Amino acid sequence: MTMILIMLTLFIGGLAAWMIEGWNRDLPRWISIASITLAALLLVPLLDAPVEMLPLAHGVSAPWLEYINVPWIPRFGISFVFAIDGLSLLLVALTIFLGFVAVLSSWSEIEKRPGFFQFNLMWTLAGVVGVFVSLDLFLFFFFWEVMLIPMYLLIAIWGHEKKSYAAMKFFLFTQVSGLIMLVAILALVLVHYSQSGVLTFNYFDLLGHSIDPDLAFWMMCGFFVAFVVKLPGFPFHSWLPDAHTQAPTAASVLLAGILLKTGAYGLIRFTVPLFPDAAAEISTLAMSLGAIGILYGALLAFGQSDFKRLVAYSSVSHMGFVLVGVFAWTELSIQGSVMQMVAHGFSTAALFMIAGALQHRLHTRNMNEMGGLWQEAPRMGAIAMFFIVASLGMPGLGNFVGEFLILLGAFAVNKWITILATLGLVTGAMYALMSLQKVFQGERDHPKKNGGISMPDFGMREMIAMIPMMIGLIYIGVYPQPVFDLVNPVLASLYELTGTNNKIWVGVLP
Amino acid sequence: MADYIYLIPLLPLMGFLLLFTTLGNLPKALVALVGVGSVASSAMLVLLTALEFMTLREPLSTTLYTWINVGGFSPFVSFYVDGLTLTMLSVITGVGLLIHIYSSLFMLDDKDYSRFFSYMNLFVFAMLVLVLADNLLLLFVGWEGVGLCSYLLVGFWHEDSANGAAARKAFIVTRVGDTAMAIGMFLLFAHLGTLDFAPMTAAAISQWPEGSPILTIACLLLLGGAVGKSAQLPLQTWLPDAMAGPTPVSALIHAATMVTAGVYLIARTHDLFLLSPFALNTVAVIGAATLLMAAFTAITQHDIKRILAYSTISQIGYMFLALGVGAWASSIFHLMTHAFFKALLFLAAGAVIYSLHHEHNIFKMGGLRKKLPVAFWSFLIGSAALAALPFTSGFYSKDAILLSAYENAWQGPLLWGIGLLGALLTSIYSFRLVFIVFFGEVKTEPSQPAGWLMAAPLLVLCLLALVGGFIVIPVMDVFPAATGPAHDGLIAIITPAVPIVGVVIAYLIFLSHSIDISPWTDSKIGKALNRFWFSHWAMDWLYDTFIVKPYAWMAHVNRMDIVDWFYNFTADVVRFLHDQTTQSQTGQLRTYAGVMVLGLAAITAIALFSGGGTAP
Repeated sequence: MTMILIMLTLFIGGLAAWMIEGWNRDLPRWISIASITLAALLLVPLLDAPVEMLPLAHGVSAPWLEYINVPWIPRFGISFVFAIDGLSLLLVALTIFLGFVAVLSSWSEIEKRPGFFQFNLMWTLAGVVGVFVSLDLFLFFFFWEVMLIPMYLLIAIWGHEKKSYAAMKFFLFTQVSGLIMLVAILALVLVHYSQSGVLTFNYFDLLGHSIDPDLAFWMMCGFFVAFVVKLPGFPFHSWLPDAHTQAPTAASVLLAGILLKTGAYGLIRFTVPLFPDAAAEISTLAMSLGAIGILYGALLAFGQSDFKRLVAYSSVSHMGFVLVGVFAWTELSIQGSVMQMVAHGFSTAALFMIAGALQHRLHTRNMNEMGGLWQEAPRMGAIAMFFIVASLGMPGLGNFVGEFLILLGAFAVNKWITILATLGLVTGAMYALMSLQKVFQGERDHPKKNGGISMPDFGMREMIAMIPMMIGLIYIGVYPQPVFDLVNPVLASLYELTGTNNKIWVGVLP
Repeated sequence: MADYIYLIPLLPLMGFLLLFTTLGNLPKALVALVGVGSVASSAMLVLLTALEFMTLREPLSTTLYTWINVGGFSPFVSFYVDGLTLTMLSVITGVGLLIHIYSSLFMLDDKDYSRFFSYMNLFVFAMLVLVLADNLLLLFVGWEGVGLCSYLLVGFWHEDSANGAAARKAFIVTRVGDTAMAIGMFLLFAHLGTLDFAPMTAAAISQWPEGSPILTIACLLLLGGAVGKSAQLPLQTWLPDAMAGPTPVSALIHAATMVTAGVYLIARTHDLFLLSPFALNTVAVIGAATLLMAAFTAITQHDIKRILAYSTISQIGYMFLALGVGAWASSIFHLMTHAFFKALLFLAAGAVIYSLHHEHNIFKMGGLRKKLPVAFWSFLIGSAALAALPFTSGFYSKDAILLSAYENAWQGPLLWGIGLLGALLTSIYSFRLVFIVFFGEVKTEPSQPAGWLMAAPLLVLCLLALVGGFIVIPVMDVFPAATGPAHDGLIAIITPAVPIVGVVIAYLIFLSHSIDISPWTDSKIGKALNRFWFSHWAMDWLYDTFIVKPYAWMAHVNRMDIVDWFYNFTADVVRFLHDQTTQSQTGQLRTYAGVMVLGLAAITAIALFSGGGTAP
């Protein structure tokens, strides 16, 4: 029930924020804060909920914290299957937390239709939560679409100078890839029906069926493309820089912080477990795409002068690590990928918030027009330094744990791709330090720079958003074990599930 | 027993947190108290640890918690103190404390006093973690941490973009080495299943025969990390630029401690290197080549700090040479004495720069002997030790290295010869510096000399640079027993005599001017050679031309993302077709009717002819 309540809270909170807009323009954001807080409180009991073992397939069971199965459209075998395990719980918690950050980051930025803005924000969050907990493929697809439309509106209505282009690009990329996935879902369900005579969209029923390899390969591709576009993986990444650059700060925070994670989540939950053999066939290709994405994203980031665009390309680079880790499919590398997802959620959300704060204050995103801002805004400078250092993979902070485990695990599977991916340590440092220099260091008194605009430092509201993210990154960098313990049973069961009927996955040293 | 060891790094970390989070809002006196006090407390605890180590005569260790435990990979956060670590701890906290005291006055007028001490404390923390770590991953935490602090402190005066560039160069060039080291760790873990030093070494010894190719590759990758951090060939180019940082930073990070981390790494994993003669010989070759190249460059420089920087590269080359010939203890011994005399030289240079209003060019200095006596004596003693003149600390360590090199089974006399040539050059460039800066006529009038907070650390370091050679470092149990250099009569006389010859040459050229070198230096070849050496064998140019510029060019050319062109092209094609088909929508009924008739006729024709006339 918890999951449904959380989604309802967000849906209703969004509606209420919209309704109340005509009456009071300040109230919507408070309603958002209230509903997010309520959602967070609803999540708390799950932290020490008893675990229920449910069979997946091949005699492998997985631990679930909550499982609901209510028929929806019985004629087509569609049901409300909501289930949450450690992996979903972690990602839902991240979603709700970053929702909170997103509301704070848009606090005084939105003047047009503030209630409708909050509505879209809340509905995006609800859609993402739905994606993370739906285990009926039709329901999953439904939420996949639900999170897309309000995000489209956020960019199209409240975006910057090229918002229509960016919003349309975002919509087309996600929509086309989503449709490909829908075809794959329908094909999978029909194949299952023709084999067993049972029409069902239930994940648990569809797992572990042997499908004709050729057919499985194409179905797997359908899922793969949808998720890799979302991730975004090379060469499907080019919607991301435009969407990020044009989106209002809150939407960037949600996009980078959690929407990209739905792609990674989909790969871990659906693509590999549903089609382990087919996924193994393309694992080398997928890892290569990941490694190329790491280096290509870093190269692109290095060439940018728009701060938001730089952070966007850095996301391409960082999510490349996740792709490498998932398709290496060793216990170490998947754990690393999950850790990287969380760490990237914090560090990139924070960097987008900083970029948004800079744009709000200086009315530019061009780094060549900034410089030396540390003097006037030392808090902002120090915090930006922290997150930049985190994102270049400094040990002691979360991103390092993620990247290191991914590479350590992937090395046993494919050493050359891993070596290529490791070079990202160097290229990552190059763009990260360049941005720090251009924005916060260097000369301040350059006549062309900043146009004499005064530069207020981070205030209380911004610090309230930033400090928890900093503590979070330090915590998972120094003591990541609780996160591992939360997620490990889930990943172990998936690993076992795919390992039992496929030996290709088992990492062998070349 | 050893449960207080974790406090040794923790105290500087707390100093950092306090100073960094207050963002410069504390009074300077309090900042100095926290900044210096945290390192002083650590130094006290190191002393306590040393006493315990001496009484127990066995390594101490303490485990704090399991850092990560997934999929068979379970590195602990645990510390290990043996003789090697203890030596490093003493150098870091001892020399570190002196430099912190010195800085409390040197940096007093800086508006970012608090930020300076916060970074310095963070550095000490990271460096302590590096040497205390009992596994390679935790060592890597400290390793990256010191790199970060080096970046922050080189670019400390970040208003000047040039400093920022130097800082970035330092970080990125060392990161190239770190990447190699990370890959080395992946390789070691993939084969040995652990990164803890003791089990890893044991597994390597039982699993790999001597000269095993995988082990050699792993050692070379670790060496990659070491040459990056320790500024050795081919990754040494960042260190001279790193002199952009405040002088105490150069003394602490870029002379005494961080740059010797590579030496420490190889010493710590010496059991692996012993299994791979090829890797070990590579270490020796890199050391020999670097020490000679940097010595030639040092002779041609005129920035006082850059001379010292090249000298540091060169001296670490001696340490690598010692590692490569298996003279482990001598290498660590030279590491320690070098920390004393090089920190002394840097701090003395800082005192000179401080009194001359940030003048770095030695040819604008002169005759400072009377005006700045403390700096002069410090420089004299430091240079004597650097040149390895008899009975100074540097003499004992360098002499041992050269004699061990001579005894080495592989190319011993050659390595010895290179080292000896380097020693000659070392004494020439160090006394060239002394003679030019402190003798002759006064060129720039110094302001008042520095206060006692700066003088006292200099005096202590003078003492250490003089008598530090008599310290016995407790590393006997860490390294395999060396056979000890046999004192072949003639070799044992030539080796210590060469530096004295160098001093005499420097005297004749730069002080008494009895030898006029201008015919050589003004000749065409002399000028070219001078320029070549001055640019440090054109290495910066090489990297700029073949790596940095192409990368920047690629990033610039592709800044619009060529992949995006494909999607935009698709969109353009669709839009083009859309425009074309829209034009057919004329709204004129007769056009539509005409097209319909034509189409019908075409279809009928196709049906008739393609069907071979067999219409239904």
